[in-house]
Amino acid sequence: MLQVISLLLENKPGALMRVTGLLSQRGYNIESLTVARTLDPALSRMTISVEVDSSQRQQVIKQMNKLINVLQATDLTDAPAVVRELVLLRVKTPQESRTAVLKEAEIFGGRVVDSSTDGFAIEATGDAEKLGEFIDVMGSYGEIEVTRSGALAIALEAKKLRLQPPVPTGNGAGVEEKVI
Amino acid sequence: MATLMSGARMLLECLAREGVDCMFGYPGGVTLPFYDALYEHHIRHILVRHEENAAFAAEGYARSTGKVGVCCATSGPGATNLTTGLVNAMMDSIPIVAITGQVTSKLIGSDAFQEADTFGITRSCTKHNYLVKRLEDLVQTIHEAFYIASTGRPGPVLVDVPKDVFQGQGHYQPVTTIHLPGYKVFTEGHTGQIRRAAQLIEKSSRPLVYAGGGIVSANASAELREFVELTDSPAVVTLMGLGSLSSEHPNFISMPGMHGSYAANMALTECDLIVALGVRFDDRVTGRLAAFAPHAKVIHVDIDPAEIGKNRAPDVPIVGDVKRVLGRLNTLLAERGRKPTEDVAAERQAWWRQVRAWKREHPFDVPTSETEIKPQQLMREIDRLSGGQAIVTSDVGQHQMWAAQLIRFAEPRLWINSGGLGSMGFGLPSAIGAQTARPDKLVFSLVGDGGFQMAIPELSTMVSQGLPIKIVIMNNGHLGMVRQWQTLFFNHRLSAVELDSFPDVEKLAAAYGFKGRTIDKPWELAPALEEAVREPGPYLLNVKVTPFESVYPMVPAGAGISEMVLGPPQPVEVPAQ
Repeated sequence: MLQVISLLLENKPGALMRVTGLLSQRGYNIESLTVARTLDPALSRMTISVEVDSSQRQQVIKQMNKLINVLQATDLTDAPAVVRELVLLRVKTPQESRTAVLKEAEIFGGRVVDSSTDGFAIEATGDAEKLGEFIDVMGSYGEIEVTRSGALAIALEAKKLRLQPPVPTGNGAGVEEKVI
Repeated sequence: MATLMSGARMLLECLAREGVDCMFGYPGGVTLPFYDALYEHHIRHILVRHEENAAFAAEGYARSTGKVGVCCATSGPGATNLTTGLVNAMMDSIPIVAITGQVTSKLIGSDAFQEADTFGITRSCTKHNYLVKRLEDLVQTIHEAFYIASTGRPGPVLVDVPKDVFQGQGHYQPVTTIHLPGYKVFTEGHTGQIRRAAQLIEKSSRPLVYAGGGIVSANASAELREFVELTDSPAVVTLMGLGSLSSEHPNFISMPGMHGSYAANMALTECDLIVALGVRFDDRVTGRLAAFAPHAKVIHVDIDPAEIGKNRAPDVPIVGDVKRVLGRLNTLLAERGRKPTEDVAAERQAWWRQVRAWKREHPFDVPTSETEIKPQQLMREIDRLSGGQAIVTSDVGQHQMWAAQLIRFAEPRLWINSGGLGSMGFGLPSAIGAQTARPDKLVFSLVGDGGFQMAIPELSTMVSQGLPIKIVIMNNGHLGMVRQWQTLFFNHRLSAVELDSFPDVEKLAAAYGFKGRTIDKPWELAPALEEAVREPGPYLLNVKVTPFESVYPMVPAGAGISEMVLGPPQPVEVPAQ
């Protein structure tokens, strides 16, 4: 099944490699992955869609949480969350169907971002299923080229972020005690 | 007060602050500045003969002391040679810090001489790794590396340091705190779950402790013994955990799993409660998971949340340091002071009778011969001389399994082997690490004729360091374990397993300047081993054993652990995988 994971991680060199490496090392297929800085430029937010057996979902989250640079890994698959994707699409349109294409784009909430004698470039956002339909419909008007962003997700309920406090150095002395 | 010094010198200051007294390494081009600083530093450096063995030696050091082992290699081939040792430390949760040199920052990415993407290559070989790009990050990074390696579930951490960072001059400011906001270490265990565990234990008619390497890592032997005695549970101890409960303890039921004892595997299959302590339900222990401990409820204590429920879903999961959790559980059980009900008490007595009967019916087989040395006899003799007190490092294969079955260990940190990764060539370098750390101890390096030949270069390290290691080669002229599988599952078609042209060990040892001897008669065994132990320096004893012996019991791959093959020569079908 497709699992949607939201990761909050430190924006450090190699952090992305650790996440993708972990997924491939454990045999999970990445369906999509997006990453960008958060309001705090020291942190990044990553949304990952990954194909895993449903019995392995918790294991994926636990492994993610073990990465030193990961502050929080959340499974949004069944949690209250909004999942959206952006599509950029270029469609070659003959003169006679230009109006029809514009109307169809409007139905899907698409927005024309470039227009030329050849056709249009259109952007649209939505859930993956709706965007799939949009792409199909546009394809029926002429040759198309498509770029998809992959899923972006945000949880609808804030999850408490637990950060570990500083510890003194020296042979692992002074391990913070934390109870889960 | 900040002092002006080079990055290399700062690194050494950090190591000293972390209590490092010795390290294992091999210099090269980009680590020249580091070795130059080391020239006038008190930290002892042991020059190995191959970088892989620097990692293995650091692991032997760590396993025999509980301290963080340190190894060092240069960029490129030096770093890539370390990787097997890093994965080994990862699999067996051994705390080591590896320092590697990297080409000068400006050259990174240019395919420079001896450049390799160490940071990328070792991502999956380490618990965490670093590439230090700026001198001002070096001190912080080294302390973080030690902290990560030694806390939580221990493991290897690598720090890659470019040459210009070693050479750069800066003001050294000791770092007293580190901040890793995303590094979660859970130690205490959940109070409610600990209470639930106590309740399950009190009600259980057929309890069984399944203890492993986590007990050793957590230094929780005393707590384990107290728990076992308090609950009077039989205890199976895994390959990685041997010694965590003395082999002489009346509740000790030997090793479970593929080559585990009949009693241990039957006890796991028939018990109604498993108290799993610092173990990971490894496939070599569980066999076919669906058939593993089918009647048992499971209490699983581990410091790594990802191990809990990975292979077997527990009824009571407890994430925590097994030492703390067991301590709290023991206190709670003692406070509650519940005596088992009459029914439960009677069932427990019957359970103990059953476990003792299994032990009696099928102890580990120790065949004897008038003319040949049986490998099991060799283990018995080492066991006799050790009396549970010597450090035994082993390589990988048949000798490792026989040793685990037959050599007793009175305390933890005596049995050192490559468990999870099964890296041949581990036996000798890990003995070098262990003997360096514990010069007072009798150290046997027990190896096969295959693994020994992977580690021959380290004879030179051993001699140059004056380490009186007793190397015992169990020589059956074959890669014995591979041959055993070919015999059992590949219709006796022995392919690429014969090791001919083994060197004359007397001459080999003499070439390095110490004593060696080959024996092949049963009556030579005890005197030869005694001679080796009496010898003040190292000794190389080549013991030619019966060539075609197989390790039993054996659980065929894909079978349940109660489906043991107890001995030859019943034909075994290849199980469907």
